[in-house]
Amino acid sequence: MTDETGTAPSRRALIGWGGAGLALGAAAAGGAAAALGGGADDTETVADSGAAVPFYGAHQAGIATAVQDRLHFAAFDVTTDDRAELIALLKEWTKAAARMTQGHAVGGGAVSDLAEAPPDDTGEALGLKASRLTLTIGFGPTLFTDKKGKDRFGIADRRPEALIDLPAFPGDNLDAARSDGDLCVQACADDPQVAVHAIRNLARIGMGKVAIRWSQLGFGKTSSTTPDAQTPRNMMGFKDGTRNIAGTDTAALEKHVWVSGKAGPAWLAGGSYLVARRIRMHIETWDRTSLKEQEDVFGRDKGEGAPQGKQHERDEPNLKAMLPTAHVRLAHPDSNGGARILRRGYSFTDGTDGLGRLDAGLFFLAYQHDVRDGFVPVQRALARTDALNEYIQHVGSALFAVPPGVRDADDWWGRALFS
Amino acid sequence: MRAARTSVAAAISALATITAVAGCAQKSDAKDSDAVHVTASDDACEVSKTSFPAGHVKLAVENKGSKVTEVYVYAPGDRIVTERENIGPGTSASISAEIKTGSYEIACKPGMKGHGIRQKVSATGKGAVAKRDPRLDKAVAAYRAYAQQQADETLPAAQKFADAVKKDDLEGAKKLYAPSRVGWERTEPVAESFGDIDPKVDVREDGLEKGQKWTGWHRLEKSLWQTKKITAADHALADQLIKDLKDWQKRVGTADITPTGMANGAKELLDEVQTGKVTGEEERYSHTDLVDFEANVEGAETSYKLLKPVASKNDAALAKDLDKQFAAVGKLLDKYREGEGFVSYDTVTETKRKELSDAVNALAEPLSRLAAAVVTK
Repeated sequence: MTDETGTAPSRRALIGWGGAGLALGAAAAGGAAAALGGGADDTETVADSGAAVPFYGAHQAGIATAVQDRLHFAAFDVTTDDRAELIALLKEWTKAAARMTQGHAVGGGAVSDLAEAPPDDTGEALGLKASRLTLTIGFGPTLFTDKKGKDRFGIADRRPEALIDLPAFPGDNLDAARSDGDLCVQACADDPQVAVHAIRNLARIGMGKVAIRWSQLGFGKTSSTTPDAQTPRNMMGFKDGTRNIAGTDTAALEKHVWVSGKAGPAWLAGGSYLVARRIRMHIETWDRTSLKEQEDVFGRDKGEGAPQGKQHERDEPNLKAMLPTAHVRLAHPDSNGGARILRRGYSFTDGTDGLGRLDAGLFFLAYQHDVRDGFVPVQRALARTDALNEYIQHVGSALFAVPPGVRDADDWWGRALFS
Repeated sequence: MRAARTSVAAAISALATITAVAGCAQKSDAKDSDAVHVTASDDACEVSKTSFPAGHVKLAVENKGSKVTEVYVYAPGDRIVTERENIGPGTSASISAEIKTGSYEIACKPGMKGHGIRQKVSATGKGAVAKRDPRLDKAVAAYRAYAQQQADETLPAAQKFADAVKKDDLEGAKKLYAPSRVGWERTEPVAESFGDIDPKVDVREDGLEKGQKWTGWHRLEKSLWQTKKITAADHALADQLIKDLKDWQKRVGTADITPTGMANGAKELLDEVQTGKVTGEEERYSHTDLVDFEANVEGAETSYKLLKPVASKNDAALAKDLDKQFAAVGKLLDKYREGEGFVSYDTVTETKRKELSDAVNALAEPLSRLAAAVVTK
């Protein structure tokens, strides 16, 4: 792929020209969607922008960071029993992640000087820019205690109380091969190749110590952490994430997303909890559902995204104007004792299934400071009565504790947990 | 499958360890003006010189024909020294190789099939073959002996199998099938470097080229397990198999083997496991994939053990990791032992297959760094 930074018109220029067609013609789809939204979003969203998101900081990048357009999410099983090996891997991963997020190849690069051996870096991102790649690691419950209750790496007593085994929700049809994992890495980038490259290289570095358990590709972010930008749509054609927590809303992040030093174990202060759910949509039946029913199911209109009975997307919703089973009504913080989560989900389409149905839906990702007053109560309410349930099914599920950010080059993912 | 096989052959084939990217770019002692120009067309393969100095040789290929072509350099016995596929009409390609003194054939294959249009050439003089660690020479000699020994031991085992087929002893032949393949599977990269034998003895039905008659082990495997009938044609196939294996036994000692070729051959053996055995494709009728699996691993481990004195000095951590991962794979395989062999692979669940696949990855990834560790520093 060529570097077009010098020649491509900037997004602002596109907005200035004012044409959707122009924007679609020149920018990546995700960039175009954002470009239509208005000028207040300062983050560049086209892949060609090539911007690098800082890797070091108090919190891991990839949570409050403006949502990129593409995702490769991978869950790993740790296959070694050796604590020292696991630690060595986390250090090596951190080093590779720091390099890749800044647009550099790992190790000795993609073209080494020894013809007889494979290069350290797989090379498919060679010449591509950082593309706002973020890599975010999480630790699953089974890293602390395995399914038989064994303390695998001498950290069982550090398992946070909130890192629960998620309860079974009515209607779940979970596939073990798409659920759980000892570790996860969320790779988000504006260029899918950059995200895939990152996961592929981490998996390769980890061979013998970890093995990929499952992974998911995503596109077309379905929630935005930049509320001034246009709200994207999910695969059902509805705007999703209108009421999300903004990446700039420090107070809301502190209250709902980051684990405080008081509430959780010290090693997790500044971290968060991540729920990942693969939500399959029954696309074909949804598509032959009347517009009225579709809008009733969500509680918003399809064109504007306005709450029922209101004019504009961001108007304060009148929950009582919606059906009691409407998705928005049930998910709203006012229906859940003020519970809020930061959503970062992506659409997915994995081709078609053996029955010719589109294997598509929402790969739901949500960050919160405690799932017990975040995802769990909200999903309980939804699983019981949400009208949307007729058109969706949760088929994969995982929960991870997401450690705080890597402070500097001497720090590494999980240092506080293992020290 | 064909391309993979070819790359295996290229990896072990000694004269040259080349990759398309690095090989061309870095060997600087073959200047453009010294290159052997090969002009390929649909019905000719012209070379600018039929004699050139041994050492690093560069072939400058130009395809003036209308078909995609490929160019091979063969050592006597059709051993592939180097090859380059997919050279489109009107395009040029450059191929570099380290070629020792001797006689060769350069072949152009318009349409990328068949025997090719061949030209005899020779490499003369002493050539620039680098001096290497005597321990590596020892390793190469030991590996050559190992390859010969495997072939020698395969013949009687294969003969027993063939005899059972010819006696219409279906059950007996089934029992003797997998053991008859072990020596071949252990030294597959060497065996496959004889590009004419491999397609006769070890090809699977889906690997056949148009017009190619299906012979060899897997053809008989299908008769024994799928149609469950031994016919007169199978008797002839059994004879043919022995004949082809004798050819292999006779020529195996002449294989060109280098330390990096041995290292990459070991990696290729694990690749065979990963792409053909773990999936159950190799032995789709007999489900004896785990027998092949073990033989591939044993062959890889033999290469590694022979190279270890040098490898562990250059990269101690790598050697430690390889020791560990070979042991881990062995331990995992032990779980599936049954009698003198292994359980039928169709009884191994998807979850268990993933466990095997993960273990192979864990071994093959560090094994891919072995070649770098045996390059004398």
